[in-house]
Amino acid sequence: MATQHSRSAARIMMAPAVFFLLVWMLVPLCMTLWFSVRDFRPLRGGDNGFVGLENFVRFVSSSAFWPAILTTLMIVGGVLLISIVFGVLLAILLDKPMWGQGIVRILVIAPFFVMPTVSALVWKNMFMDSVNGVFAHLWRFFGADPVVWLSEVPTFSIVMIVSWQWLPFATLILLTAIQSLDSEQLEAAEMDGASPLSRFFYITLPHLSRAITIVVLIQTIFLLAIFAEIFVTTGGAFGTRTLTYLIFQRVLESQNVGLGSAGGVYAIILANIVALFLMRIVGKNLDK
Amino acid sequence: MGRITLDKVRKAFGEVEVIPPLDLTIEDGEFVVFVGPSGCGKSTLLRLIAGLEDVTSGVISIDGADATMVPPAKRGLAMVFQSYALYPHMSVRKNIAFPMKMAGIPQDEQNRRIEAAAKALNLTDYLDRRPGQLSGGQRQRVAIGRAIVREPAAFLFDEPLSNLDAALRHGMRLEISELHKRLDTTMIYVTHDQVEAMTMADKIVVLQGGVIEQVGSPMELYRTPRNIFVAGFIGSPKMNLLTGEEAAKRGAHTVGIRPEHVTISTTDGAWKGTVGVAEHLGSDTFLHVHREGATDPMTVRVDGEFSAKHGDTVWLTAQEEQIHKFDADGLRIA
Ligand SMILES: Nc1ncnc2c1ncn2[C@@H]1O[C@H](COP(=O)(O)OP(=O)(O)OP(=O)(O)O)[C@@H](O)[C@H]1O
Ligand SMILES: [Mg+2]
Repeated sequence: MATQHSRSAARIMMAPAVFFLLVWMLVPLCMTLWFSVRDFRPLRGGDNGFVGLENFVRFVSSSAFWPAILTTLMIVGGVLLISIVFGVLLAILLDKPMWGQGIVRILVIAPFFVMPTVSALVWKNMFMDSVNGVFAHLWRFFGADPVVWLSEVPTFSIVMIVSWQWLPFATLILLTAIQSLDSEQLEAAEMDGASPLSRFFYITLPHLSRAITIVVLIQTIFLLAIFAEIFVTTGGAFGTRTLTYLIFQRVLESQNVGLGSAGGVYAIILANIVALFLMRIVGKNLDK
Repeated sequence: MGRITLDKVRKAFGEVEVIPPLDLTIEDGEFVVFVGPSGCGKSTLLRLIAGLEDVTSGVISIDGADATMVPPAKRGLAMVFQSYALYPHMSVRKNIAFPMKMAGIPQDEQNRRIEAAAKALNLTDYLDRRPGQLSGGQRQRVAIGRAIVREPAAFLFDEPLSNLDAALRHGMRLEISELHKRLDTTMIYVTHDQVEAMTMADKIVVLQGGVIEQVGSPMELYRTPRNIFVAGFIGSPKMNLLTGEEAAKRGAHTVGIRPEHVTISTTDGAWKGTVGVAEHLGSDTFLHVHREGATDPMTVRVDGEFSAKHGDTVWLTAQEEQIHKFDADGLRIA
């Protein structure tokens, strides 16, 4: 029973945690906002004072800005596409009773537990290396010239690495969704004359729509911030510079904290636009 | 246009034989009810006919043509599931249209059939709702509507009313019977409720452990049950079964007396007993009478106005010509 007394006691007890979280969030945010309006270059004179919106204008008008946005969208979109399409297919496959199901399911989930830096290094050195990589051997086995993955198709390579990490997550969520599909519905559709393909499009896919939206929402938020995969593979070269990576370069490589902070503010705005957009889709989906 | 024959149909799940070889003929236009206790293989048998399960051996023919290997959609049968199995993301109209859409029927013909089905099933006002916004009875009607529009050779129902409350169940029972009279299509109906079986069927198939115990019209089963199992299963309340001296006196191992075939008197009769629990239904009362020297109470049907209190002494007499006699194997003695 929540009496007046116990409720105020609860509020007092929760206060430190709420306060801590608030500070944890607000301090970096405020610092970013503060730096973004100042000309702050630690190695070149330190804080050179207030400059208004100059950093914001410079960040956007730099020739690297729009390509970075485009790369970000391509990577996020590519990974989403791959992880949803293959996630649905894998989930359907894993839902079928088969020998060794338990082990296969664990193996499918495994990549999710590998740290991004590690998986990117493994991909770079074991698979994509143009001399000794597994792919290079495979290509040579078939008599083809090995592809120099990270310089010839850098964006695609990064999409592949990140998809490999996120596919298990999508598969896991979609698998649980598929398992909740009433088998009588599929049987009814079968009796109604629906082919396996129409059963998939008319019954299974609509049933999965909510799970798919949730996967898209969660993954987008994380994918906007991918960094380690780019850092250890291309280092932002060959047009693989995302918005996150651009900010990193502005702050650490050019030592221009003010300019980087302005980029950070843009990233916050972008993430919020995406989140708002996705929340509305999810809301609409949950209304059904 | 809906004659279904099963010839030595057998079904095993791995090692477990659920249905030993079984023969059955369902005539065109017949309302056949499969009835039996839980787990006896009614659903399995229905799903074999539907094609949702493969037979282990034997032949299923529909209208004389071998349909054993024909996929479910091509058998021309429509099924109504216990859970209704409506498509939750489609409106009622789209649900009903789905089988026609899959069959590629032209749009105006689809609309005509949807309107007709909706009118027949009182669904006209609900066509644009989703299944989630309907009551249990309405969902059931949508499921039936989806089956009707296919104009199937036969309808298969798997316990379609078991999720409904008593009043609705009675209403839907009448509606399904009515539908059968109007469409004159073969219907196969699975239930474990013997009242549904008795009231709806042209022909009842009593199953136990995958074996057909008896096939016949409701009254045949009521009047001449072939064995003790059928005798106990058909009729409500259950038939009184007596063994020992009473049975031996009549040259049988077991005798069965229905509650409605016992006359009761407060003055004299064959057996003396005391009244136990009385179940009042209004028109009738079922008395559980403890006979002297017997362990199980005997159920007796009396007029609703008959007044007997707990502990009263009464005399019972069975109507001799209505007594069913069974031998030691439980089979009927003619
Ligand atoms: N897929 C399956 N695998 C193994 N055994 C099964 C399978 N389906 C059914 N059975 C078994 O077959 C028997 C008959 O099942 P069925 O579902 O036909 O019973 P039922 O008569 O419909 O019972 P209820 O009235 O409870 O619905 C049961 O003993 C069940 O355990
Ligand atoms: Mg069943």
